[in-house]
Amino acid sequence: MNSWLYTDKVKDHFMNPRNIMFDDAEFQYDAEGRTGNIKCGDEMIFYLKVDPDTLTITDCRWKTFGCASAIASTSVLSEMIKGMTLEDVRNISNVDIMNELGGLPDNKVHCSVLGDKALEEAINNYYREHGMFEKVRDTESRIVCECLNVSEEEIEHAVLEGARNYYQLQEMTKIGTSCGKCSEDAKERLSFFLDKHVGIKVCVQP
Amino acid sequence: MRIILSGKTPGGICNTVAFRNRLEHNVDIEIANYRNPVFIMGDIMQRIYLDHNATTPLHPEVKKAIIESIDVFGNPSSLHEDGRLARILIETAREKVAALINADPEEIMFVGSGSEANNTVLSLVSCSGARCSLHSPADSDLITSTIEHPCILETSKCLENRGTKVWRVGVDNRGLVKMDDLEQAVSENTSLVSIMMVNNETGAIQDVERALKIAHNSGAMFHTDAVQAVGKLPLDVKKLDVDFLTISAHKIYGPKGVGALYVRKGTPFCPLIRGGHQEMGRRAGTENTLGIVGLGRAVELRASEMDTETERLAQLNRLLREGIESRIENIHFNSDPACCLHSTINVSFEGVEGEALLLYLDYEGVEVSTGSACASGSLDPSHVLLEMHLPVEFAHGSLRMSMGRSTTREEIDHVLDVLPDIVNKLRRMSTVYGGAR
Repeated sequence: MNSWLYTDKVKDHFMNPRNIMFDDAEFQYDAEGRTGNIKCGDEMIFYLKVDPDTLTITDCRWKTFGCASAIASTSVLSEMIKGMTLEDVRNISNVDIMNELGGLPDNKVHCSVLGDKALEEAINNYYREHGMFEKVRDTESRIVCECLNVSEEEIEHAVLEGARNYYQLQEMTKIGTSCGKCSEDAKERLSFFLDKHVGIKVCVQP
Repeated sequence: MRIILSGKTPGGICNTVAFRNRLEHNVDIEIANYRNPVFIMGDIMQRIYLDHNATTPLHPEVKKAIIESIDVFGNPSSLHEDGRLARILIETAREKVAALINADPEEIMFVGSGSEANNTVLSLVSCSGARCSLHSPADSDLITSTIEHPCILETSKCLENRGTKVWRVGVDNRGLVKMDDLEQAVSENTSLVSIMMVNNETGAIQDVERALKIAHNSGAMFHTDAVQAVGKLPLDVKKLDVDFLTISAHKIYGPKGVGALYVRKGTPFCPLIRGGHQEMGRRAGTENTLGIVGLGRAVELRASEMDTETERLAQLNRLLREGIESRIENIHFNSDPACCLHSTINVSFEGVEGEALLLYLDYEGVEVSTGSACASGSLDPSHVLLEMHLPVEFAHGSLRMSMGRSTTREEIDHVLDVLPDIVNKLRRMSTVYGGAR
């Protein structure tokens, strides 16, 4: 059994994070995206360099205030996305990131979402700055969980994907797993979408 | 990797308990898992253990005492020779524990852990039985503090759910329980006041003497969780006049899974674990003879080693503290040496997440703990630091270094060598510190 907390790959990316933006970097970028909140203990910024003709990511950097899992997840993500189109990158889920890392402990799954979300934000910002507003996602969707940037749309998506209670919703979106302030709001939205899509009227309790 | 013991290795390094334990048990595994060998002195890899508030390695003498008793298998309740042999070991240990805190042996009961002792005491509050309740059911308020160990905090929440009124007194920014607030909180309905003697996260020494007077003046019982204090501070229960006091073996170089509860003579009592006559009917279950032997030896050793160690740790505390202060900017000490045990230094680094810091230090061979939420898997950072009104972002970047009898100057020097670079690396990649563009 490995005596270290995480897989060798997590350890490798944690000890030697790739594509990290240090303070002295001269990196020129076309878009940036930020997610998380220092008060919640996690904050992430992604910087993208994009080929305007092919809408392909040619290079990227990132910064974080985060734990080992957040650092490793974002590092591995930054390697995965180079050479991919912005739209393909959007299809990368936190599950893909975790698979690439060989897994994360259950209580660390939310850390793998962070880089993903910052990246999505950067992509949206790129589209906005380049006038491609039709490609911007989630702009109308209200953010319910400020810490982990989980929107109403994502709650809806999770319900469609099988979330039937608050616990499952948290498993899938990590909503309310940081500061927890949004839990009442999130539960209300969950029961709304459960009613709407599944026809279940429930008393939503974690 | 092979380890070759080199003759030029300083004795202070290879003689530490941690090192010897590793050499005997699992040194191969440890080294195989670390790509970079750490703290190389000659050919030797040494891990630096600065987490003594979490637990401590067995004192070699404790280990010896346990091994010497390992074949004593009798049930201490049995009347025959094997039983009597075990009984003698237990009663000898009881005398030793009593001697350390100036109690009578019959006032000491052995338990499975500090948490069990604390649960036992708090369970008295909700007990409405005519013979064992502290007061009449009407006088059943519990007062504790906001910085207690979770075994007190969560038990008090459970009591609250069952109808007990619970008051939790806050702390000032040095982590000291506010005595004026305690004074306000007590009333004739208070049955028990429970305030820890030393906080595990900051090392803050509470004014237990005053808290106790406040409790007794209102006719309430007083309990103190002294798990972090026993063997580090001189303790005299008679002078202190405390009603209950909790002791744990593994914080003082004894084995895990054993502790003791002091219950002052004449104090009402009701067992938490029922169904046996052991421990004068106060705790059912066949005694953990070997654990108790270990605890007995551990407290005995504390009595003889405490004074010199306290002085030594005060020097190391200064060294570590001043070293951090002079090498790293934008930090905040959460342990004030004027009111904290010198073995504990809790410090926050702005812009750095605690778990990442801990794991980088671990890679360099330095073992510490953090109040960061991400390390524990819970959602909030350390409740103790938040109660001290430390800004949340600082609480996420806190480290607790707790020194002990094996800690050396060389170890502190090594920590001071590696810590600034690690903090700097994390700050350079940080969204808050390195200057996000």
